[in-house]
Amino acid sequence: MNLHEYQAKELMKKYGLPVQEGRIATTPEQAKKIAEDYMCPVMVKAQVHTGGRGKAGGVKYAKTPNEAEKHASKIINLKIKHLPVKKVLLAKAIDIEKEYYLAVIMDRDKKSPLIMASREGGMDIEEVAREKPNAINKLWVDPVYGLLPHQAKQVAFSLFDNKIFALKNTKIVSTLYQLFIDCDAQITEINPLALSTQGKLWVTDAKIVLDDNSLARHPELEGLRDPDPGEEKELEAKDAGLSYIPLTGNIGCVVNGAGLAMATMDLIKKYGGEPANFLDTGGSSSPEKVEKALSILLSDKNARVILFNIFGGMTRCDDVAKGILKTTRAMNLKLPIVVRLTGTNDKEVKNILKDSPIDYVTSMREGVIKTIELLEEGREKGEER
Amino acid sequence: MSIIIDKNTRVCVQGITGREGSFHAARMIEYGTKVLCGVTPAKGGTDLNGIPVYDTVREAVEKEEVNTTIIFVPSKFATDALFEAGDSGVKLVVCITEGVPVLDTAKVLKFYSEKDVLLVGPNCPGLISPGKSKVGILPSNIFKKGRIGVISRSGTLTYELVLHITNQGLGESTCIGIGGDPLIGLKFIDCLKMFEQDPETEAILLVGEIGGHDEENAADFIKDNISKPVVSFIAGKTSPPGKRMGHAGAIISGGSGTAKEKIEKFNSVGIKVASEPEEVGELLKGMV
Repeated sequence: MNLHEYQAKELMKKYGLPVQEGRIATTPEQAKKIAEDYMCPVMVKAQVHTGGRGKAGGVKYAKTPNEAEKHASKIINLKIKHLPVKKVLLAKAIDIEKEYYLAVIMDRDKKSPLIMASREGGMDIEEVAREKPNAINKLWVDPVYGLLPHQAKQVAFSLFDNKIFALKNTKIVSTLYQLFIDCDAQITEINPLALSTQGKLWVTDAKIVLDDNSLARHPELEGLRDPDPGEEKELEAKDAGLSYIPLTGNIGCVVNGAGLAMATMDLIKKYGGEPANFLDTGGSSSPEKVEKALSILLSDKNARVILFNIFGGMTRCDDVAKGILKTTRAMNLKLPIVVRLTGTNDKEVKNILKDSPIDYVTSMREGVIKTIELLEEGREKGEER
Repeated sequence: MSIIIDKNTRVCVQGITGREGSFHAARMIEYGTKVLCGVTPAKGGTDLNGIPVYDTVREAVEKEEVNTTIIFVPSKFATDALFEAGDSGVKLVVCITEGVPVLDTAKVLKFYSEKDVLLVGPNCPGLISPGKSKVGILPSNIFKKGRIGVISRSGTLTYELVLHITNQGLGESTCIGIGGDPLIGLKFIDCLKMFEQDPETEAILLVGEIGGHDEENAADFIKDNISKPVVSFIAGKTSPPGKRMGHAGAIISGGSGTAKEKIEKFNSVGIKVASEPEEVGELLKGMV
């Protein structure tokens, strides 16, 4: 789960990190008021779950409250990478001498937390990694012993030439690590960690990504969730034990298993179709799950045809087929349906579905091709849904 | 031969009295796996269809000399089940449970490395050496004893691909689902090393998906260390960035971890990547 910059900064502030002063506004008037309180100048920053805000015009410098209001009104109407901006952060501007980078991430390769520090702050760290890999100092932390004091110092020394200054600011490193551990994060990042012309360090931008597997033990962090448009349905699906992501095509897919669901989308695309969604029913394919999956999928109204790709394995395919039949009848579903079922008792599926309008196939390729054919036929007939 | 599990694998099922645990314990026994006992705290002394249940894994090791445990306990209790397993004396732990906090997995892995215990998973379907043993939830009927080693981050997609291997008249030496989490125990490279050493394995299928750099690392490793032919399949060519595709580890973040990068990397070291599942069988057929 991604947090907004202002949420990440609030957490960091609670931990005693030197966070640049700031407040959130949802209207231009509020933005103006905050700028007046701060006696300007301020930064007006879009709060959306994506990078590249600056390039999209989502971050502006305002010298006066009126300017802050003007910028806020523009930014609140912006869409950055399809995400509408609902809030802006007004942050008291700081005269910056130099920008640093400091982050803790979970390193999949070394299977432990990794602290990354760089004097090349302010820009995209992936770009720094590509162009000047030596400019990033890396330190892996043993997850059992945690970050030891000398390691935190080592990171600080790598950032600052002035030893006294480095020692004085070692706490920023250890605190950021502690925050990473305490909230079960995947990323806690300060970029930039800005050195002001007065010689003080400030957190002027922050990013936190939380581990979804750990949210159950952090109810207080779950409360920070701010669903993006369309994400409500993803969450509704999650509550039902499904994994759902809406896409822009017109072939609805219901698949058991994440890898197979991705492979089904890829195959649809390969044969010239466009998937309307990613939908993973998880291991089970009970009638209740099928019904929930269909109702979520259909509520997006993009699907013109539906493909079930269920690799039953040990699941009894006759039960799944009966479930699909029952659900589609109860829902009075008019869309063409193709069902691919493989697994235990799959021989009986043909019989179960024979008097229904559902097309039954046994292979994934056949299923995809049939689905695209039905879509074309529907288009020729100009069928209404 | 096969890798990791065979006829000598003696299995304990953690969470054997639960719905999943009891169901899959029965399936494993049907397949011929030596499932000797189960563990459910406070249910020790009872039995499940004749299989003894113990309170602790250590007791299971002492009484039944198990060397392997498979974990089905709910995610809330999985971390401690993992530690308990690692502390019991078994050498192999297979964690089926999904949703283990990633930081916990990091600590468990550190613990296991000190105890010399292998972990498969978490969030995985387990593994099977056809004709010998199954420690997992994979549907046995699609597998056939043979010479293809299969390593995969996925579950049902693996079954789909195995079906195409079997349809070509080929079979598998061992098929291992390593799991869909960001942090996992055995990774592609660990399994590749073992398949390279296994005289029964003639060719290897590596099934990857979006997220992380494990496929790229595996490609580099294969180039320098693996003499057997390798075929790959990568899921998620059309997955949108920034979205978690079911598996916690399957996410394209900051433009990295894309299927395109992974496929290009495999191609650059001469590994054939199947463009769709059926092609996997065809490519392997030409190699063994």
